[in-house]
Amino acid sequence: MQAYGALVYSAFGSVNGFAETMVKACPLLLAGLGVTVAFRARFWNIGAEGQIYAGGIMAAVVGIYITGLPAVVHLPLTVLAGAVGGALWGLVPGYLKARLKVNEVITTLMLNYVIILLAGYLIHGPMRDRASGITISPQLLQTAWLPTVIPRTRFHAGILLALALAVVVYWLLERTVLGFQIRTVGENERAARVAGVRVGRTIILTMIVSGALAGLAGAAEVAGLQHRLVDEFSPGYGFLAVAVALLGNLHPIGVVFASVLFAALLNGADAMQRAASVPVPVIFVIEGLVIVLVSARFFRQRSG
Amino acid sequence: MLDEILTVTFLTGFLAATLRIMTPILIAALGEMFAERAGVLNLGIEGIMIIGSFAGFAGAYFTGSLLLGFVTGALAGALLGLAMGVLSIRLKANQIVAGLGIWILCQGLASFLNRGIFGVVSVRPSVSILPAISLPLLNQVPLLGETLFNQNIVVYLTLLAVPVFTFIFRRTSWGLSIDAVGEEPHAADAAGISVSRVRYIAVTFGGLMAGLGGAYLSLALFGLYTDDLSTGLGWMAIVVVVFGKWRPWWIVGGALIFGAANALQYRLQALDFPLPYQFLLMIPFIVTLVIVVIFGRGQKGPSALAAPYERSEL
Repeated sequence: MQAYGALVYSAFGSVNGFAETMVKACPLLLAGLGVTVAFRARFWNIGAEGQIYAGGIMAAVVGIYITGLPAVVHLPLTVLAGAVGGALWGLVPGYLKARLKVNEVITTLMLNYVIILLAGYLIHGPMRDRASGITISPQLLQTAWLPTVIPRTRFHAGILLALALAVVVYWLLERTVLGFQIRTVGENERAARVAGVRVGRTIILTMIVSGALAGLAGAAEVAGLQHRLVDEFSPGYGFLAVAVALLGNLHPIGVVFASVLFAALLNGADAMQRAASVPVPVIFVIEGLVIVLVSARFFRQRSG
Repeated sequence: MLDEILTVTFLTGFLAATLRIMTPILIAALGEMFAERAGVLNLGIEGIMIIGSFAGFAGAYFTGSLLLGFVTGALAGALLGLAMGVLSIRLKANQIVAGLGIWILCQGLASFLNRGIFGVVSVRPSVSILPAISLPLLNQVPLLGETLFNQNIVVYLTLLAVPVFTFIFRRTSWGLSIDAVGEEPHAADAAGISVSRVRYIAVTFGGLMAGLGGAYLSLALFGLYTDDLSTGLGWMAIVVVVFGKWRPWWIVGGALIFGAANALQYRLQALDFPLPYQFLLMIPFIVTLVIVVIFGRGQKGPSALAAPYERSEL
């Protein structure tokens, strides 16, 4: 009980606690929205983690090395670079699936390993801050920082962007032609084909959107929080995003609540560890259990 | 550099390392072949291998017996295979999502149990690894014999299992039943085969093999447990099954390629190859991608793969 008390208090008990919860919710929400879009088309994108890294790397490159721009140009450019990075890393498995029928679970997963290693190489090699004793990149120029919204906390503008995008994704899925096509492909690919939906093109677009959202999560971490490229700046947010998306029932508004819940759990896990020495991996156990249970509850398959 | 690579010592060492590293992939892939041929796609293999390597290590550490370690690892794997069976057969869960959940759950569970049982320590507890057995006569083969035929017992047993499994699928009614429920579950049901029973057995056996493959990592390769012992080997096993067209000997070929990719990476690191180590670590993953793109294209597996069975109402 003591442990749960510490969890709830640390997550919502103060302005700073609330801000810290939202700081953690931000990447989970953005990546969770990305996973949602892909899963709605029944494209099993397990690559959100890699797409986060691709976005973070691109945002860091633009934020560090493009100089002399005013913030009104530099900041949007940095954030956009993150989206483009994620979109490119999502486009590869999307293209392979749409055009060559290559299994996306395997490609998205392998691309995770590749880009995480690439990020490690960049931080230890060409992008390393030689002035620093540890292996991190130099700081992004201040013109590329996402501004702090609540003073004296780490609550940054990326969180507001994420919340706004939840509404945009809802609109995209429910009110646009692309959203209709995504849902149709997900519900019944054969029927979609018969109805004249270009399935391959839809899958590719789905993965561009999905990857861009995860890439934004990486950009928000880099430009809003770390202000550098650091080793393992995403400690598995992309995988947690799968649990978030499923728990949110693949509905953008549900995903908002699920991401805040998991963020509270993540922050709480630290507090729990201090108060009752519950180790951090418990969060993965909970995450896995959620996915397993949800798989049985919501994802019954059509019989063969 | 190149002359250092093209030496006999490097090549024999590389071949021996290939055999050692391909074995856990091969064990897991052969098990997954059983599950998939029965119609169950178990994507939790990577997680089950992680649990297998932990349970195997803990078993061996506390009983002092490597054999009991392997038994513990296999049993833990079988239990998780059974769990996947309940999810996919009884609850008719989406097998892709369920497998993912099992993977993440196992990762957390192994790490949690490891901290809980062994604590966070600077010197990791270890066991002495499975000894190599030199095969008489064969180890006399010039150049290759001494390294190639000087492997641990599990390597030999796994290679022996391949013709046995081929025989099971070609010549026995068990093999026939597995293929029947994976290809034509309705016909199998009509012929009096219990579809869910065969699937339970196949997916549980698949879990057992993955657990065994995991135990091999901690007990035959490293002699200790860390959370990142099996970086992606389970996922490679799944690719190997597709590459191997669900057939035992082809799967050996696939495992050989992945074993070689991993061994090459280790060997080049040991040689201080002039490429950042991150790029060397990428080799197996890039090989996986290339293979799945070339050979995984529109490969059709068992026709009832990943589809839960429901009796149609007549």
